[in-house]
Amino acid sequence: MTVDPVERGPLHVTGELLAGRRIGAHHHLTLVAPGIAERFRAGTFVALSTGDGRIARRAFWIHRVKHTGGYGATLEVVVEECGPGTQWLVSQPPGTKVAVTGPLGRAFSLPKEPVSCVLVGEGYAAAPLFPLAERLRERDCPVTLVVAAPDESHLLSALEARRSARAVTVVTGDGSVGQRGSVADVIDDVLVRAGAAVVYAAGPAATLHAVALAAEHAGAWSQVALERPLACATGLCHGCVVPVAGEGGHTRLVRACHEGPVLRGDRVVWDDLGVLS
Amino acid sequence: MSLGLPVPVMVAAGCGGTGRELAAYTDLRTLGGFVTRSITLAPRSGGAQPRILETPSGLVHAVDLHNPGLDQFLALELPWLVQQGARVFVSVVGRSLGEYAELARRLGRTPGLAGIEVNLAPPDAAGRGVFDVREPFHAASVVAAVHRDLPRGLPVLAKLRSDLVRVAETARAVLESGADAVVVGNALPAAMPDGRPAGLSGPAIRPLALRCLTEVLDAAPEATVVASGGIASTADARAALDLGAEAVQVGTALLHDPTTAGRMARELTATREDAT
Repeated sequence: MTVDPVERGPLHVTGELLAGRRIGAHHHLTLVAPGIAERFRAGTFVALSTGDGRIARRAFWIHRVKHTGGYGATLEVVVEECGPGTQWLVSQPPGTKVAVTGPLGRAFSLPKEPVSCVLVGEGYAAAPLFPLAERLRERDCPVTLVVAAPDESHLLSALEARRSARAVTVVTGDGSVGQRGSVADVIDDVLVRAGAAVVYAAGPAATLHAVALAAEHAGAWSQVALERPLACATGLCHGCVVPVAGEGGHTRLVRACHEGPVLRGDRVVWDDLGVLS
Repeated sequence: MSLGLPVPVMVAAGCGGTGRELAAYTDLRTLGGFVTRSITLAPRSGGAQPRILETPSGLVHAVDLHNPGLDQFLALELPWLVQQGARVFVSVVGRSLGEYAELARRLGRTPGLAGIEVNLAPPDAAGRGVFDVREPFHAASVVAAVHRDLPRGLPVLAKLRSDLVRVAETARAVLESGADAVVVGNALPAAMPDGRPAGLSGPAIRPLALRCLTEVLDAAPEATVVASGGIASTADARAALDLGAEAVQVGTALLHDPTTAGRMARELTATREDAT
């Protein structure tokens, strides 16, 4: 089936905040954003406006798309409060109008064969991996999930993911739930046990770097969903650049919001990413 | 000389990506013009991150002329823009008068262009490496170098520094050197929190940009003037047009809402049709 590229492109709409729930340290916001939910693919994100005077957009992974009666398809995003923009967002009552742009960026690509996949998500950034796990299960790919966070309150619930995943490993920095430690401590073992052919990861850059290295050692492909500081989220401003090794060995700069956020882990020049930030 | 734009709304340099990203939201043909990010002869990888930060009603930015260089631009970006039917104004910056002349010669041979915009003094760190145009006669010599090597009829826009003290004098100097229009309201010189040179853009600078505009209009009432600087709504655009600007450029507003320029173009066209 061919899809008209325009039909898959991003939209800018006036959305509406339908509901907000606090779960642990995060806020799960449900948004009505006509047309955007229908175009969603796992790994894409939305940009939201956060009130008057704040020019930069705030970007959030799309966690879930639901079909609710009366509203059509709705989006769920996971918000961690980290500044005035996110504070504004989580304190708005249902019914608040919010400008929503999306779905933005390049999604995770799915394997053609039913191969073993490991999905690694840390903190709120684990959000896009849950819908990815469902897509992979539909393709008969065995899914192993690693969810990590500094502590239990920042851990996205892996309960529902157990339906899509064959095995789930939970890691917290303080050991409040699951194994104590970091993704880097467990990833090599998980990849071997799963016989992983593809690794998908979303989280802080250091975690993604560790996953990309482990994947290379294990002979697996890695796809990492990388967050960079951004202003527009739509590819216009060239703010969120990531150095990527090209075919000829030379490094080029791509935009995390446009050519990414999902990039091949073995292509990101991780050492230069540190220099840039 | 009038620029003859069908709609008085242009995309400001550096705020429309390569054009492809903006085209997802707005048909580029419906805009008066698309000004590219500033192109240099050699590729530039731009500044360190963070490159762009939010300030009250504004953005500070230190992208430092990140661009693919003229060759790549001509091969990969310009043909697509022209094919879309966009009226493309290529923004250029050079390190020397020789580079400006070279940019003009090569762009002058390129089919499909609507004009050239000379970026007189980027406010971020890149400004330190380019030809110094703080003196009006230096700005004029840049415009003369570009003008000399372009075919007749291809307009040269000069985007001036937002230096309230010298802006009117600079406008007169560049117009005498062959600029067909001046663009008033570039980003203000600013700094990132760590002290790196940066530009400040957005609604925060609109009142100052407007004052620069009135200074230029007073000093050169016959000149074609394009207003920029914090223009975010149709009302903002109308205010600048009513003062005497021939068109407006929309920049930072697009980073907040990528549909701004298209909506503004539609609304201004609608009121113009109502008036006739």
